[in-house]
Amino acid sequence: MSARADLLLGEPADRSNWTVRLRTRLQHTVPPGQALPDRQPVYVSSWIYVFGVLTLAAFVVILVTGGVLAIGGAAWWHTSGFGHFVNSLHLWSVELFFAFMVIHLWGKYWMAAWRGKRALTWMTGVVAFLGSIGTAFTGYLSQSNFDSQWIAGQAKDGLNAVGIGAYFNVLNPGQMLLWHVVLLPFVIGVLIVLHVILVRRHGVVPPIDAAEE
Amino acid sequence: MATTTPETPNSSTAPTRPAAPPPRRRRDRTPDSHDFPTRRYDLVKEFVVALVVVALVTVGLAAIFSSPDEKAITMRDWATAAPADVVATATGELAGTTTSATYGPPYNSNAEGQKLGPLPLQKWGGVRIPVDSAQDLVVTPLTGWARDPALRLALAAWRGASPAQRTAWATAYGDALAKAPDGNPARVAAGDYGPVPAMAAGFLSLAASGGLEGALTSSGNFYGGDQTRSLLLLSDGAYLEDQARARQLGGDQWGMMNETGNYPGQPWMWLYTFWYQVPPFSTSANADALVWGLMMLLSAVLLLVPFIPGLRSLPRWIPLHRLVWRDYYRRYGSSRTR
Amino acid sequence: MHWGVIQISVTNLVIIGVMLVLFVLALVLPFPGAHGDDTPKSPR
Repeated sequence: MSARADLLLGEPADRSNWTVRLRTRLQHTVPPGQALPDRQPVYVSSWIYVFGVLTLAAFVVILVTGGVLAIGGAAWWHTSGFGHFVNSLHLWSVELFFAFMVIHLWGKYWMAAWRGKRALTWMTGVVAFLGSIGTAFTGYLSQSNFDSQWIAGQAKDGLNAVGIGAYFNVLNPGQMLLWHVVLLPFVIGVLIVLHVILVRRHGVVPPIDAAEE
Repeated sequence: MATTTPETPNSSTAPTRPAAPPPRRRRDRTPDSHDFPTRRYDLVKEFVVALVVVALVTVGLAAIFSSPDEKAITMRDWATAAPADVVATATGELAGTTTSATYGPPYNSNAEGQKLGPLPLQKWGGVRIPVDSAQDLVVTPLTGWARDPALRLALAAWRGASPAQRTAWATAYGDALAKAPDGNPARVAAGDYGPVPAMAAGFLSLAASGGLEGALTSSGNFYGGDQTRSLLLLSDGAYLEDQARARQLGGDQWGMMNETGNYPGQPWMWLYTFWYQVPPFSTSANADALVWGLMMLLSAVLLLVPFIPGLRSLPRWIPLHRLVWRDYYRRYGSSRTR
Repeated sequence: MHWGVIQISVTNLVIIGVMLVLFVLALVLPFPGAHGDDTPKSPR
């Protein structure tokens, strides 16, 4: 068969071609039309369902406000009124992020949302939650004020006690700031992307004891 | 799970239903979400609305409540507010009795460190951030700064003395300070303290001058950026903790959840800090390791909920879900009511 | 605020309280949904 006929039939032209294999794999990640669907199952009919997207929206606000803080630099907000306001935006978007995420978690638990092969969706969510706590922690360490001093002094004892402090030095603001701004947001971002892809892949979990068609 | 079965033209025994699926446990019988009736829905619009709502709420909260920014304590602040504490701390560093001096890994080998049961986790971390409290926190910065001839003589006397002699001097002076009224160095009883009183007084002057952080942080490098030594020194004193406790930030005050002023703290830390408040953790020398270990375990449990019998069935037994899906159950019924 | 071994700031308590209220409201408040355009099955 010609390569063109192969493509028309949807058959991969060359299974040893890494590009083809990656493309095929990506295309099959989510059922066709389900990446950005314009229809949803009728059982999605409760306000509890909005807390996932609210969490995601809060994450975006966190990134944007954090980005503005980065423009001014780590100490900018101490001397600029606007900078202080942006810091306030960053703090409150974080509080909202955690509030929405936890309510989302409560909802998903009581809906047993891991059913139907959705265990990985649950697990990526939990890891994102725990990772977010760590990210917030490095944020507090990066405030360059009294709070940072105290939190660093206290937290070092917990981390040193289990050997982690030898590698992750909370008394080193240079290291903590880079973890906070670069490494951890990237990891959380990846986890969120995986989590959302999994939701689109499997669809919203049906009700417990839903009557089968 | 309706599917269409291809007709097999010549067979009168063509199956009219798909072959029965292999037997599955009850737990697996979650229908495919794509097999349900659907309604129109705008995913992108929902996200944009959520974004606008969250942005507006954030702006509102920030405008009304703002955010805390209590200035960091400088060494000069400490020297001004609590000079006796600075002197006592410097003395303690020289005597090797402070928290940092007796910490163990990652700063030194002067203690075994905490264990999680039989596992010496702190020790396994290794001494990767070496800090000699007496030398690095006091003597080196002081030596670099000292111009006064009397102070330089005192430092020379310290340099020339044996470790045992140094410890004897500093320990004696530390004890004397503790006995003096208000810990006031000027009212210390006479005794053989060697160069330690002069060094401690000189150290207080260095702190009051504003140059101590720089001397500790840069350690020869113009750029610094690593506050390890300054923070260890500050944490060795009483002043930092006093200020924190006054703001309900102390460990036994559930401080991990709190923030300065009336601001929201970190409510999500509630369970982590809870354990520190109760026995056996509140009285254990290994509290940090134990609490961390317990929280790792609980985190693993949370992670693995889908696989844990009982825990994964609780939503079925406490049916909050009947509220969530009441519209659906009313209209389409459930397999339990058929 | 103290209650036995429990000690919590007013602000944190308010936050947790508001979250619980939001959770309950999310469960009980009716959700507006147009039922007229339900179709039996989504295209696979």
